[in-house]
Parts: sequence; C-alpha cells; structure tokens
Amino acid sequence: MSDTSFSAAAPGEAGLRDFLALLKPRVMSLVVFTAFVGLVVAPVPVHPFVAAVAILFIALGGGAAGALNMWYDADIDRLMRRTERRPVPAGRVSEGEALGFGLALAGISCVMLALAANVFAGLFLAFTIFFYVVVYTVWLKRRTPQNIVIGGAAGAFPPMIGWAVATGGISAESLLMFALIFLWTPPHFWSLALFMRDDYSRAGVPMLTVTHGRPATRGWILAYTLALIPASLALAFSTVGGPLCLAAAVVLDALFLRGALRLWRRDEAVAEADGFAAEKRLFRFSLLWLFGHFAALLAERALHLTGWGGWA
Amino acid sequence: MTLAHVHDLHRRRLGRNLGLGAALLLFVALVFGLTLVKVGQGDRMHANDAPGAARAASGGQP
Repeated sequence: MSDTSFSAAAPGEAGLRDFLALLKPRVMSLVVFTAFVGLVVAPVPVHPFVAAVAILFIALGGGAAGALNMWYDADIDRLMRRTERRPVPAGRVSEGEALGFGLALAGISCVMLALAANVFAGLFLAFTIFFYVVVYTVWLKRRTPQNIVIGGAAGAFPPMIGWAVATGGISAESLLMFALIFLWTPPHFWSLALFMRDDYSRAGVPMLTVTHGRPATRGWILAYTLALIPASLALAFSTVGGPLCLAAAVVLDALFLRGALRLWRRDEAVAEADGFAAEKRLFRFSLLWLFGHFAALLAERALHLTGWGGWA
Repeated sequence: MTLAHVHDLHRRRLGRNLGLGAALLLFVALVFGLTLVKVGQGDRMHANDAPGAARAASGGQP
C-alpha cells in the first residue's frame, strides 16, 4: 500500500463503533426484549443456553436488517437531521461495506438460528429481514404513506420468532403479540413525525404528515390507538395472559388513549407554541406502553411458574 | 511520508480487528456450547451420511 492511498483511506476508515451503529442498537433492544418474551411465555421449555444463543442470533438478524436499511437509505439519510450522523451518510462506512456487513450477518444469523433452534425459526428470521429490507425499505418507504403501517410488521415479528424457537410454529398467542406491536407502530411513528417537522418532506419520504397533513395524522393516531385496545385486551385474556396482564393493559391503554385524544384535540398553533410537548410525551409513552405490556407478560409467566399467574 | 507514530487510523483498525477477533472467539464458544447442549439432550447429530457413519448409527448392523 502506498503512502498516498494510506492517507486517503484515513477519513473513511470505520471503527468498531461505526459497525455497531449500523446494527441500530436501539431497535435491536426492542427486538431482543420482545423475542425474549415470546420465547419465555411459550408453553415449550427451551434449554437456557439454546435460548440465549437463539436470542443473540435473532438480535443479529435484526441488526443485519438495520445495516441493509442504512445501506439502501443512505441518500435520504443524508437529508434528514435525525439520520445525517449515521455511519454511511457521515462517510465513516462506505455503502459497499454496509451492504457486505448486512448480507453476511443476515446469512450467519438465519443459518445459526436454524441450527440452534429449528429450521422454521431460521426461515422466519430470513423472511423478517426480507420484509424489512425489500418490502419496507425498498418498496414501500418511498412510495406510500402506508409505509410504516405495513412495514411495521417487520418489527412485530420478533416475538413470533421467539415463540417459534420454542414451539417450532405459530399460534393464536404469538399472532396476538404480533398484533400488539403491529398496531402500536403507526401511532408511535406518527407522533414522532409530528414533531420531526420537515425532516421527512425534505427527504421526500411520503409520511402521513406530508401526504395527508398533520390534522389527519392526529386523527389516524387516535384511530390506531382505539384499534390497539382490543388487541391488548385479547392478549391479556389469552393463555399467556392473566389478571396482572389485564390490569397492566387497562392502565396502559387508558393512558395511551388519553394522550392520543389530547393530540387529536390540539391544533398546530397550540402544538408549536409549546414545542410539541404533547406529541413528544405520547412518543415517549408509547415506548413505555410496549415495554409495559411485554414486561407484564413476563411477570405473568414468572407468577405462573410459582403457581399464581394466568387464568387457570 | 512515513507513519512512525500511532495514528488515529491505527487505533481504529486495532479496535476493529480486536472486535472481529472477539466475535470469532465468541462464535467458536457458542458453537461448542451448542454442541455440548444438543449432545447432552440426546439430539440426533448427523456428522455425515457416509456408509460407515450410517452403519455406526444403526448399531453396527450392515
């Protein structure tokens, strides 16, 4: 290697942190937690080491999808304040490196999950990565305001994969866990879109706030919040739920509904005057809502093991 | 130009290489651990489908 090429390579030389950032650690934490809950509440016990390995590779698969998303979206990530410091738009990782990293991790994670748990779980992880990268990122994100509604399915699959690790299949309970995240995604992201202002319009991403306006978005947040309530109550009444889950669902749903109603009643002048305080509050609360539901499932399972939880 | 001193570039490469090394070691440990667990649980392990292996799996019967 000549001195010239050595110096020229320096600014783009990615460090370990840059590759870790490609995995979208925040999203990964949600994937890990929900997949873990899906695995633990399943009726078939899994050896703790196999469970830990399975969760690790589900997380890695989620990270691979994140890296491939950053590879494809580098052009629009450069235009948005929220994403401009990501490794690819910032120039620390090249697009080719992100693509290779994502593809390699996707292959390793799916094959290893199939070997560690079962082939169905491995294929389900592969389908989830495909759905997030091809269906959401490539196909929907830049074309339709339904992007996060349909694309949200990718983020809703991890508890089903966790369940599949234990049982080798799909059941009503795992579908209800899917429904919970699937219906939660639109109000979560649309409340973010309300206070990210012109980020999405600058990048040409047809978020609902851009295509249908902000008042309509407020109405849709309320509509999806109303749809969330029966899904969360149904999960609480399922075999993986119980009195604790039901109590958590009632309290969390009431608070979410109150926040969504407050957003629906506000107009843009009021929202701008207080710096989108209610929108930011609902966005933060939506994270707590999801965590609370899955934590309640986990607690119910723990109680069940001591002979207390569940409906039976 | 010679790079006699430790440049930021070297630090970043070292960090990346150490990270890759740790990931590979972890991977080896995971595969080893999985093997122990699966063999311990009595899962059927097929190393290959060679005639000798098949005969061994069937208790030495031809």
